[in-house]
Amino acid sequence: MIHSLFLINHTGDIFLEKHWKSVISRSVCDYFFEAKEKAGDPENVPPVLQTPHHYLITIYRGKLFLLSVIQTEVPPLFVIEFLHRVADTFQDYFGECSEGVIKDNVVTVYELLEEMLDNGFPLATESNVLKEMIKPPNILRSVVNTLTGSSNVGDTLPTGQLSNIPWRRAGVKYTNNEAYFDVIEEIDAILDKSGTTVFAEIQGVIEACVRLTGMPDLTLSFMNPRLLDDVSFHPCVRFKRWEAERVLSFIPPDGNFTLMTYHVSSQNLVAIPVYVKQSISFFESGSCGRLDITLGPKQTMGKMVEGLTVTIHMPKTVLSANLTATQGNYTYDLATKVLVWDIGKLNPQKLPNLKGSLSVQAGAPKPEENPSLNIGLKIQQLAISGLKVSRLDMYGEKYKPFKGVKYVTKAGKFQVRT
Amino acid sequence: FFSRSRAYSEFLNEILICQCLSSAKLRLIVFSGLRNEDLKEMLESNKESHKLEAMKRVVGLIAKGKNASELFPAVVKNVASKNIELKKLVYVYLVRYAEEQQDLALLSISTFQRALKDPNQFIRASALRVLSSIRVPIIVPIMMLAIKEAAADLSPYVRKTSAHAIQKLYSLDADQKEQLIEVIEKLLKDKSTLVAGSVVMAFEEVCPDRIDLIHKNYRKLCNLLVDVEEWGQVVIISMLTRYARTQFTSPWKEDAVFDENNEKAFYDSDSEEKKGQTESKPYIMDPDHRLLLRNTKPLLQSRNTAVVMSVAQLYWHLAPKHEVSIVTKSLVRLLRSHREVQYIVLQNIATMSIQRKGMFEPFMKSFYVRSTDATHIKTLKLEILTNLANEANISTILREFQTYVKSQDKAFAAATIQAIGRCATNISEVTDTCLNGLVLLLSNRDETVVAESVVVIKKLLQTQPTQHSEIIKHMAKLFDNITVPMARASILWLMGEYCERVPKIAPDVLRKMAKTFTTEEDIVKLQTVNLAAKLYLTNSKQTKLLTQYILNLGKYDQNYDIRDRTRFIRQLIVPNEKSGALNKYARRILLAPKPAPVLESAFKDRDRFQLGTLSHSLNIKATGYQELSDWPAVAPDQSVRNVEVIEPVKEWAPLVGKAKQPKSDDKFYSDEEEEKDEEESESSGSDDSSSSSSSSSSSSSEGLFYDFMLPCELHDTDSTSLLSLYLFINLLLCLSAQSQAVKVMRRAVKSPIRASVTTPSFSPVKTYELLHHMSGKGLAAKYHFPRQPCLYQPNMVAVQVILTNCSDHSLEEIHIGDRSPASLNIHCFNTIERLEPEASVTVSMGIDFSDSTQAANFQLCTKTDQFSVSIQPAVGELLMPSSMTEEEFCKDQGKLLGMNETSATITMATANTSSLAINKQLLSVANVGVVSSSQNNIHRFAGRTVSSGALVLVSLELRESSTALLTINTEKSIMASMLLRDLKQALAMA
Repeated sequence: MIHSLFLINHTGDIFLEKHWKSVISRSVCDYFFEAKEKAGDPENVPPVLQTPHHYLITIYRGKLFLLSVIQTEVPPLFVIEFLHRVADTFQDYFGECSEGVIKDNVVTVYELLEEMLDNGFPLATESNVLKEMIKPPNILRSVVNTLTGSSNVGDTLPTGQLSNIPWRRAGVKYTNNEAYFDVIEEIDAILDKSGTTVFAEIQGVIEACVRLTGMPDLTLSFMNPRLLDDVSFHPCVRFKRWEAERVLSFIPPDGNFTLMTYHVSSQNLVAIPVYVKQSISFFESGSCGRLDITLGPKQTMGKMVEGLTVTIHMPKTVLSANLTATQGNYTYDLATKVLVWDIGKLNPQKLPNLKGSLSVQAGAPKPEENPSLNIGLKIQQLAISGLKVSRLDMYGEKYKPFKGVKYVTKAGKFQVRT
Repeated sequence: FFSRSRAYSEFLNEILICQCLSSAKLRLIVFSGLRNEDLKEMLESNKESHKLEAMKRVVGLIAKGKNASELFPAVVKNVASKNIELKKLVYVYLVRYAEEQQDLALLSISTFQRALKDPNQFIRASALRVLSSIRVPIIVPIMMLAIKEAAADLSPYVRKTSAHAIQKLYSLDADQKEQLIEVIEKLLKDKSTLVAGSVVMAFEEVCPDRIDLIHKNYRKLCNLLVDVEEWGQVVIISMLTRYARTQFTSPWKEDAVFDENNEKAFYDSDSEEKKGQTESKPYIMDPDHRLLLRNTKPLLQSRNTAVVMSVAQLYWHLAPKHEVSIVTKSLVRLLRSHREVQYIVLQNIATMSIQRKGMFEPFMKSFYVRSTDATHIKTLKLEILTNLANEANISTILREFQTYVKSQDKAFAAATIQAIGRCATNISEVTDTCLNGLVLLLSNRDETVVAESVVVIKKLLQTQPTQHSEIIKHMAKLFDNITVPMARASILWLMGEYCERVPKIAPDVLRKMAKTFTTEEDIVKLQTVNLAAKLYLTNSKQTKLLTQYILNLGKYDQNYDIRDRTRFIRQLIVPNEKSGALNKYARRILLAPKPAPVLESAFKDRDRFQLGTLSHSLNIKATGYQELSDWPAVAPDQSVRNVEVIEPVKEWAPLVGKAKQPKSDDKFYSDEEEEKDEEESESSGSDDSSSSSSSSSSSSSEGLFYDFMLPCELHDTDSTSLLSLYLFINLLLCLSAQSQAVKVMRRAVKSPIRASVTTPSFSPVKTYELLHHMSGKGLAAKYHFPRQPCLYQPNMVAVQVILTNCSDHSLEEIHIGDRSPASLNIHCFNTIERLEPEASVTVSMGIDFSDSTQAANFQLCTKTDQFSVSIQPAVGELLMPSSMTEEEFCKDQGKLLGMNETSATITMATANTSSLAINKQLLSVANVGVVSSSQNNIHRFAGRTVSSGALVLVSLELRESSTALLTINTEKSIMASMLLRDLKQALAMA
């Protein structure tokens, strides 16, 4: 399936290669570089490319390209999903997925890749299983290892690999048993010029951090499960119980994992927490423009809106911005033409405003379309859909775990057209 | 063969090591790579840490794509290293360079062959992984053998690895196909979820056409599917899709009927046959077909996007039309995922939405474009929105399109204009609106937008030219300002085509073109020539000269095409002697009514590929693409899938522990009780001194025992107390036969029981002959060792003698006479006054053997005769069980080392390897106590010699393949060696 993998940084250097079958020359990447050149923006590079003898499937993450070489028919999503899983694993092991950390941990990376694929077919992709085979690096262990020559590599088959719950390792022990669940909801919305909602939906995810001894069997139930329109689960969740009783019953993996993602039925009207009053205009003559943005609270359910930001991708002809913000700071990146206004907390008494002039390249025609605003925000202790976890029960173990549920609402792809 | 190849490779080892060492030196001199010299030194050092460090650097070189092949000899030596990380890094190196250095790679083969036999499944599996990854053709037979063995391994993980190895071997040597198919066939039968995905993968690579291998495993695969790991699910689902298309009949044809008379079919479904309303026989879905659809449905909720997509394509290709729409929500959900995932999913939705608008129409807004989307995503969304457009939603979509047209991304804006054009042709109601909108765009500042509009307008006008001369005039006005060649060419074509509708403007445009002809692009020139020709035919009066001028310019153009076209046109329109018949038809040729172009989706023809495949994504048949066959007209035999044993459908995830727990609690208690019962019955059973059971005897002589029960604390459920109670009862029972019972009982109570016995001997007690009735003149005597503490003196071994009168007259005064050696300390039984014929009596004796196996000789006397008899104890009977913990055991064992330790490796009968069997065998030989052990493979027993009280510690450590190390620690070394001999014998016996 996956023949070879090349890691390429955004400037186009191949800094790591791994082959699972016979070696393929790195010149195969030239076809990719050609496409990259053509696309301009790295995000615009087509994920699937064809070369005379191979097919290239690429993902772009964290300024890195993971390029896999394929020789025969394979579902492209299979490869893409796997490559993202590789990137996730790096993130899990090293804290981030960037050129620097990969170069620093090249041996661990190689060992991981060796375990994750056999002959191009995924072998072990569960974090719990991998961590039993190859321990994540930490400073203490690397010091000890250099002194004693002991290794990071386990010599027994991870317990998860053989059991029918491969996501959990056996013999987990904690002195403090705790289970935390974060219900994170994101509002995806498009608002038009007048503030009318063109499109809005809520996507939620439940991130879990479970540190429980032994083999706990958890049941999480909701007050209002009918809200959930479409769901996808971590493999640990018993689908049949969800179908029958609308509860999440599962033996959790150890550590952090995504328990479920969900979509709130579109029939429910989505509350939009903020409104935006804006006017951006460019003048026909005089090579300048005006910008005036005010934000205010709309449906916040009585909660504080935090982490408010406005990001604007300006037309290429805008040279600089001379603005004043009543609250927070703004930056204008001349290279990428991105204006970011970091507001912070939204004070309903004193609405934040950004106002001033934009200078446009002289002689250039007036920009056709006004740039749209991307809003970022965060509301603590609120799931905007109204979803509530009613209880968490544990079976199978005797101790009493510490349990916690946290709700956060964020702006997802929240766009205001102007 | 195996041993021969092994010998061969070892032989190679020797030769090659010599060779490679010298050649490596040579090469190093040649290359003199300083850095690698340094690495080589480290690799050859004695320190593990140096080697590891060097290997890490070597792997770093490989990762960067640098050549590290000259280190091969130095690296390969470490293949058998004990350090697991070092070993793995060497594996990485080997797999990378073995193909280049085939001869040297052979050095490592024997190591892997050894590892293939390792008891650790992980080591076996990784050895097979590396062995099969070494792409050296010479080892193909070895690989084949290893694969076959691994396919029969007990560990499913090793079997999984062997499935992977099949593909590797096949790609190395396709001639092995037949043999490999046999292995695949065998592995397909495997019931482990771990193996299923990998073996289907191997099937797909090696023999995808051998559908017949799937029949028997079809239902099993369907049922296992939810439990298979996610990557395996994808492979199995796509294989089963192909399979189903060859084995089941189409669910679609009848579906159409179903849709047409929907209600009727619904109400009459059960009386269909009676009415005979349908011309073909009603479609009944094969239950296996249904099974597949049912079992894949839950996987739509998988977190793995590839799994969701594969289920979606399965439904698309296999499910009845009205069931397909259940995949919609899940596909739309995937649009929240990474950009690359979106790209693939949108491509598939684009293909689906052409055939089935209804499926995605409710989710139309999910395809709205955001300014931050990547270009290819935007284009795909636009494509889908266009496909979804219908009379009801067109106004919404057009409003949305208006926003897109203004986008800063001009390529996207142009694509939107095309999309508007498509909507306009597809939905006649909005054609005018669209056309007007497009005309407005003609005044747009951006040239690409204008040009695209012109092109689209041209296409639209072609469909209904009569009403739109105004627009053509408007475009003629714009002509001067438009520079994009395609747009100019389009306007020129329009002028020519409809020159009769704009008779005044067209010649003027031609005039302008004559001026600029030489500077125009080629497509514009061609259209100018066309326009000129058409005008010449319709309006030759005004344009004759202009046309000739243009034709002359064209005649000397640099471009072949334009010169050719000009020549052709001239011959066609200007009559002369050479032109002949064609001239007459010029008008019909040039001014023929032309069919309007059909604006259709770029995804129109993609449905020839299976959805979700690479081929579909690229719209090109990829290497190794398996065509999805059409439904068979008649279903093949269904019974091929029948299997004798129908497997139960497995739960998706393990059972809920909640239900189990209280149950096992109950069992915990009940088990305990059962165990006690067992103990009770066994200990009473082993005691054959009394024919009556303990319960009956206790009831018969209750009063007698009453006093003695108190110290035993009857109410206490502790098993040791219970046990001692049994001991008491047993003792009392056997004593009760004697007249002095009460006296003895008192003594028994006074003397504390010395050893608290942890395990009563479960073994049947051996009975020995003391005196045969022939030599005893009718008196027969047998004895056995009851293994109870002797009541008379603590340093005596208790012996029970059963005296039977086999004669026809009664025997009198049976007692013990002289003994030798005289010092032998025997506690005699009381004289038996009279023993009737056929009667027997059991008496207890105590003998002090002084911890030696020397026989105790004495005379058994009756009133008239004396018989010399002897009791020779087995060494094991000279012991008393001693209870101790494991810790104490180890501590005491530590004190009894050196000369006090006797050990031997013994071979045990296979039947004796279980701990129960070991205990049984051991306890049958020696009267010792079991010491509970925390290690499974070590059994410990402790005892003391009866007369001196010296510790005797027996430990049995199980080794591989039914060998074991038997160790005895005691001061009494002679006893130890004798005991060792006896135990060895006992354990070897089955």
